[in-house]
Amino acid sequence: MSSVLNSKVPEGPLAEKWEKHKFSVKLVNPANKRKYDIIVVGTGLAGASAAASFGELGYNVKAFAYQDSPRRAHSIAAQGGINASKNYQNDGDSTFRLFYDTIKGGDYRSREANVYRLAEVSTNIIDQCVAQGVPFARDYGGLLDNRSFGGAQVSRTFYARGQTGQQLLLGAYGALNRQISNGKVKMYNRTEMLDVVMVNGEAKGIITRNLITGEIERHSAHAVVLATGGYGNVFFLSTNAMGCNATAAWRAHRRGAFFANPCFTQIHPTCIPVSGEHQSKLTLMSESLRNDGRVWVPKEARKGLTAKEALNIPEEERDYYLERKYPSFGNLVPRDVASRNAKDVCDEGRGVGPSGLAVFLDFADAINRDGEDLIRSKYGNLFDMYMQITGDNPYEVPMMIYPAVHYTMGGLWVDYNLQTTIPGLYAIGECNFSDHGANRLGASALMQGLADGYFVIPYTIGDYLASQPYEKVGTDHEAFDEAEKTVNDHLDKLLNINGNKTVDEFHKELGKIMWDYCGMSRTGEGLKKASGMVKELKEEFWKNVKVVGTADELNQSLEKANRVSDFIELAEVMIQDALDRAESCGGHFREESQTPEGEALRIDDEYSYVSAWEFTGNGAAKLNKEDLVFENVKLTQRSYK
Amino acid sequence: MLNLLNEAINRTGIKADKTIKNLNMNLTLKIWRQKNQNDKGGFESYQVSDVSPDMSFLEMIDVLNEDLVKEDKDPVHFDHDCREGICGTCSMVINGRPHGPKEGITTCQLHMRSFSDGDHITIEPWRAKAFPVIKDLVVDRTSFDRIQQAGGYVSVNTGGAPDANEIPIPKRIADEAFDAATCIGCGACVAACKNASAMLFVSAKVSQLAMLPQGQVERKTRVEKMVAQMDEEGFGACTNTGACAAECPKGIDLSNIARLNREYIGAKLKSENVS
Ligand SMILES: Cc1cc2nc3c(=O)[nH]c(=O)nc-3n(C[C@H](O)[C@H](O)[C@H](O)COP(=O)(O)OP(=O)(O)OC[C@H]3O[C@@H](n4cnc5c(N)ncnc54)[C@H](O)[C@@H]3O)c2cc1C
Repeated sequence: MSSVLNSKVPEGPLAEKWEKHKFSVKLVNPANKRKYDIIVVGTGLAGASAAASFGELGYNVKAFAYQDSPRRAHSIAAQGGINASKNYQNDGDSTFRLFYDTIKGGDYRSREANVYRLAEVSTNIIDQCVAQGVPFARDYGGLLDNRSFGGAQVSRTFYARGQTGQQLLLGAYGALNRQISNGKVKMYNRTEMLDVVMVNGEAKGIITRNLITGEIERHSAHAVVLATGGYGNVFFLSTNAMGCNATAAWRAHRRGAFFANPCFTQIHPTCIPVSGEHQSKLTLMSESLRNDGRVWVPKEARKGLTAKEALNIPEEERDYYLERKYPSFGNLVPRDVASRNAKDVCDEGRGVGPSGLAVFLDFADAINRDGEDLIRSKYGNLFDMYMQITGDNPYEVPMMIYPAVHYTMGGLWVDYNLQTTIPGLYAIGECNFSDHGANRLGASALMQGLADGYFVIPYTIGDYLASQPYEKVGTDHEAFDEAEKTVNDHLDKLLNINGNKTVDEFHKELGKIMWDYCGMSRTGEGLKKASGMVKELKEEFWKNVKVVGTADELNQSLEKANRVSDFIELAEVMIQDALDRAESCGGHFREESQTPEGEALRIDDEYSYVSAWEFTGNGAAKLNKEDLVFENVKLTQRSYK
Repeated sequence: MLNLLNEAINRTGIKADKTIKNLNMNLTLKIWRQKNQNDKGGFESYQVSDVSPDMSFLEMIDVLNEDLVKEDKDPVHFDHDCREGICGTCSMVINGRPHGPKEGITTCQLHMRSFSDGDHITIEPWRAKAFPVIKDLVVDRTSFDRIQQAGGYVSVNTGGAPDANEIPIPKRIADEAFDAATCIGCGACVAACKNASAMLFVSAKVSQLAMLPQGQVERKTRVEKMVAQMDEEGFGACTNTGACAAECPKGIDLSNIARLNREYIGAKLKSENVS
């Protein structure tokens, strides 16, 4: 069954695979690179770094983003930091340790060779960024500083105050700008990719919509790279930016790219709770807060309890449930465990705040112990942000937090070269599935995006291009006609339904179904129910959605409708995937598969595979399995008791 | 008082979220509507009712837009993305001030508890020759990108960089460079300036790279090229009123403009470029 999927992992010992591979892939000689055109869709960390590097190598690049500037990609919002096994702290870090932590953190559902390579090139990323002028935090000796993050026992996280993503993205944006000014990259802002053009089974171009004029445009190239980010907005509410979408990846999937592990989503435990129906997105409060904050709810249900009232709840009526259940890790259990437990206490009716969907994160003890000044110096900006959003002062009353969708480990299936199942179509950054298995460790997404863009794809794409004729497929090819027509038909259909429910209403309903049945905790029965509900929602959407305006102008209502139509289809595969995987692993908790103590139970004998879903067009995707083989690590069950 | 009220209400079994209802507001919005770049545009008034103080400013507009769509009207178009104050996309002049009445935040971080029942709120796009209006509150800021493309980077190719710790950088300098680097490129500085000058924006990048050892090689050409591009885009002159820094949501300091001026004069004195 797995014969369709060839991961192309090179032979040989783990530590030598990448070096060997770089030597064995075909090269395009420097003078010939200018004869090849590459399309890069997305200019976040992954896309900007790839486009800049391609330009430097001599390829002709066209890059696309839906925002008005590459600097606004959602990578800009990453706060905490980026991992690299520099071992500057002399605390025993190494390529192997970073590899091991990442594989284990991913609950043994990722590919060894890819993860090892990620760890290997991590150190080059830091060198590259410093050379670009990225102002990482430094110690008093002038050397780079590190902090520690969840899932690791060494200090390997490089950071720029609480704005690491911003600084890294602006570095990559600078490199991209340099290639734009050299004429090697042509940048298309406010342009959304709506289809991949397939010629003889290979990706040879894309169809885009100019978001200002509405113009549908054709772009042809020798290869296409998708760097379009994650799909967390399936859930409507998430920590992602409003425009984050699955459209590029989904349309590629419809053209034949397999979608891997779609049900693996990361729910971050510490976000500001929903405050009402109007809520449009959720704000992350850094994981680092759990170093000093204590999580609790009242022992007896007290619906509607406010943060101020919490001060009157005596110690013996409080349940510090993480400290109680996990005495050795306490409040610092991994993200998935912390999230699930918050959900459980709220399901028991012990949640707090107006909605009952919140728990306290209390700094009173830390402030008593260390003083307000020290706490301010550590978390001042987060406390301010919290105050700004909620109106509560966390120096005086406990914070209220609740888990929120944050990151998607699933994505387009790629081989070791980061090529999808469509020849000539690559996927990098959060939009592929490659390195994080069933759970991503903090500070590893930035690392992966930049590893893919700066240090992996510039090599591996040559292997494909070297076998391609210089002559490009013309945009008058019938494949472009067909793809353009598909896009136009889709948009026309959306505009002509003229129903009476808004796009946001559908999106919120979809989000609620997914959150309730395919969120922090899943059951076979619930998933089956959700599957039916999404099917109904899809039918209703195509009969009753209301989109105003026309296709040939800036039309944000149409943009949203288009994206939501893809989210609905993606949701169906997420549910199918979650249903197939009747084990618990990482962020995917199947209630049927738990230990007697109620912890996640992985079933390695049956589920050590990557699920790669193939589009069939008949409503149910087809499952292809890539078996995961572990030669360098021993599989263990995680325990944090 | 409110605690007691809440408790009383809890006992009667009414949901707690009902208790905050009495704080909700009715507001009158005066919003700039402009169909496209060629349209003249003008203000239109809208009533919004039952606005919760917990809503963000943009969520309040979302609610208005939902209503407009239901009435078959074109929703108010505005730029926004991350909604947590870092992407620099949102851009509204609220009651005459870029990003609204509160200091140190972007429009998306503004919450309705900063307003009161019965308020009239005027909402306009950034206004500057170099930021033409595209539609309603959406403006074209690609001029900012072109300034960065002119030289806002260190020319280093991927690969071959020396070890990151090879050149130590004093913490004070790294911190100062970081402060300048936190500019989000939103354009509030331009919108706040009576001359629509982009000096604060340009100075942030010039300062960051002028302070760091990695930026030294291109230090002179960078400042010349970026300033030349800024002028070409039609941004106005700086007359040191400080309005830019006062409205900057990220607190980019005016001292950066002083540094930009020094860098520029220094570069021009020894210029190898024929300009
Ligand atoms: C609040 C928050 C904090 C985080 N903090 C951290 C952290 O501390 N450390 C860490 O390692 N990770 C963190 N992450 C995760 C990390 O930021 C992301 O996974 C990563 O930045 C994704 O980068 P990317 O380049 O793959 O995608 P993105 O940065 O999302 O870029 C996507 C690009 O694709 C474009 N695009 C999308 N769809 C289309 C389309 N159809 N047509 C054209 N263009 C399109 C967009 O315009 C954009 O340019 C955080 C994430 C969030 C949400």
